[in-house]
Amino acid sequence: MLTEIRAALRPALSLLLAATLLTGLGYPLLVTLMAQLVFPHQANGSLIEDRGHVVGSELIAQSFAGPGWFHPRPSAAGNGYDGSASSASNLAPGSKDLAAAIAARIAALRAEGMSGTAVPSDLVTASASGLDPDLSPAAALVQIPRIAAARGLPEVRVRALVAAATQWPLLGLIGEPHVNVLALNRQLAAIGAKPAR
Amino acid sequence: MTLTGWALILLFTALVVLLARPLGLLMHAFYARPALPGERALYRALGVDPAIDQSWAAYAASLMVFNVLGIALLFAVLKLQGVLPLNPQRFGGVDTALAFNTAVSFVTNTNWQNYGGETTLSHFSQMAGLTVQNFLSAATGIAAAFALIRGFARRDAPGIGNFWVDVTRITLYLLLPASMVLALAYVALGVPQTLAASATATTMEGGRQVIALGPVASQLAIKMLGTNGGGFFNANSAHPFENPGALSNLIQMLSMFALGAGLTVTFGKAVGNLKQGRALLAAMLLLFLGGVTVTYAAEAAGNPVHHALGLFGGNMEGKEVRFGVAASALFASITTATSSGAVIAAHDSLTPLGGLVPMFNMQLGEVVIGGVGSGLYAVLVYAILAVFIAGLMVGRTPEYLGKKIEAREMTLSVIAIIVPPLMILSLAALACVVPAGLAGPLAKGPHGFSEILYAFTSAAANNGSAFGGLSGNTPFYNLLLALGMFVGRFGVILPVLAIAGSLAAKRTVPPGPGSFPTTGMLWVGLLAAVILIVGGLTFLPALVLGPIADQAQVAAGTLL
Repeated sequence: MLTEIRAALRPALSLLLAATLLTGLGYPLLVTLMAQLVFPHQANGSLIEDRGHVVGSELIAQSFAGPGWFHPRPSAAGNGYDGSASSASNLAPGSKDLAAAIAARIAALRAEGMSGTAVPSDLVTASASGLDPDLSPAAALVQIPRIAAARGLPEVRVRALVAAATQWPLLGLIGEPHVNVLALNRQLAAIGAKPAR
Repeated sequence: MTLTGWALILLFTALVVLLARPLGLLMHAFYARPALPGERALYRALGVDPAIDQSWAAYAASLMVFNVLGIALLFAVLKLQGVLPLNPQRFGGVDTALAFNTAVSFVTNTNWQNYGGETTLSHFSQMAGLTVQNFLSAATGIAAAFALIRGFARRDAPGIGNFWVDVTRITLYLLLPASMVLALAYVALGVPQTLAASATATTMEGGRQVIALGPVASQLAIKMLGTNGGGFFNANSAHPFENPGALSNLIQMLSMFALGAGLTVTFGKAVGNLKQGRALLAAMLLLFLGGVTVTYAAEAAGNPVHHALGLFGGNMEGKEVRFGVAASALFASITTATSSGAVIAAHDSLTPLGGLVPMFNMQLGEVVIGGVGSGLYAVLVYAILAVFIAGLMVGRTPEYLGKKIEAREMTLSVIAIIVPPLMILSLAALACVVPAGLAGPLAKGPHGFSEILYAFTSAAANNGSAFGGLSGNTPFYNLLLALGMFVGRFGVILPVLAIAGSLAAKRTVPPGPGSFPTTGMLWVGLLAAVILIVGGLTFLPALVLGPIADQAQVAAGTLL
């Protein structure tokens, strides 16, 4: 056995070295180069710029707390929506803390005058990444009365924004209908009516 | 459950079956071809004589030396990352116990992660450390599978192939080019690939948001294809940068199954009867679809405790809207049926029955497609056990593919089957009685036990997914989980290689009228039943204490 082990040392070391150079440096650096040349927008994080300033990423949720904005899902990333510390809550289905958090979120929504009686489950549960950029169409629609009131806009106007921004499944079966919160809020801002403070 | 949810599950399964054949035949070329272009110079540089046909002992020695040195190298990279280049975040060296756990984790194809990627590791560690082992651990698994296939395909042969040739070919001719293509596809779909550490945004409400970036796509491609599963980010493939949408998600799901399913075809081709491979794939898909059904039903039904609060729909805690319940349940089944362990949903927050299936998938020994290579050799060990049981029933010496299965093969097979459960149950039991173990779980009661059981299951099955509530980054868990991963990997590979050597040396007996056919539905059913019964009997008591008790409590509305 000792002979076999000794015979394996040189090939093992040289293959590890070669693999580190090829798969550990050559491969990722080549992909980086090609990605930066061909898909620079995606490769750098799908950032959205407004007059030269980065306002966020299309793909990453950011905090919206004011009444005139669509609010994203609750976040367990860092202290909330921390783009450098993604995380789920990891709370158990039978967790007292989770049930209390959900009850508190529902109570807050009702206090804001949420429309309808049943609550879309994505709106009051934390996402897997803490950075989920989307809402289900239902979770966007129930927020409309609050937003319309805060901005002095007719509800139909806001409803039309949600309808236009809803993305449907590919071929009708791959994916779920969803709306991107940042895209919706940018459209709200573009309409002009200032959110109430 | 919805019609579109089921359409996705069936579409996925159909695509896997379609992909298996071309990929399997391609891998057969790497398995069988005497020489590939450009190979010779490589072997000369490595100091390898590709013409040497290694005995099983030499093959095993090569594999072990290569993997143990791999652990040492990765450990060194992680410890030294503070002084190594490509460290824009200026992270210091990784803590010793964590670095050891991570090194064992990536070399054993487990990719259990006791660290958050974006808060702990430099780009150099992710690229030249982890990504390298994503390739090599996958190649090691496929190499071991090739060796076992040769055991069945050869007769009166002294050797089972050449480890260096197998690993080099799989890494350079299969995994590397495929990863290049997949990585660029992921970038096109929105996955970042940059050497910058982060971007800083001024949000619309005037806040400051630091968004972590990095060479994500290159790591993602091999992480999925090699059933490694270690995420660039803490949230793994749930992170919008690591899985931006439904299409990237479908590609990731297919990547996890593609090579494992393909290897059943490679096997069939090598033993001269494609039906033999098809039977293995059929048994795997049967078990897979059963598991998906339970998880999907449980997640779509949602959480009765939360429904009572006024919420409607499936269980969305720990899930992403762009994937929803159906794709999340499907992904959770795929990632645990294979040894991937990548996640798009927080498994800890799945409903108790929804979380039972991922755990059970792993406890079956990662044979439902399984890890690349490891799935095939593990299911072949079960096939040996199944023909043995069939042989007992009809009173004949068991044989499989013309090879007589005798005492030596049976002893080795039983060792390979029993090592992972032994690790899972004994280590989980230990963690349940010492304070350092009991300090781990976030949840109380049965779910807390599930968190511990899941961790050791995931480690010994080399999966790497977690019930994330467990605080695993302690010396106790770092070392114990590393032990589970190491023994769970090589405690199976070594007996498998010994079986390969023993089978290759045998002559092949032609099938007679009394031979038990190992194709067709009877065999598929028998094989699936043996896998299910062995796994079920071993783990049923533990599952009753964990997820089943948990389910009863949630159904009764008891909160802890």
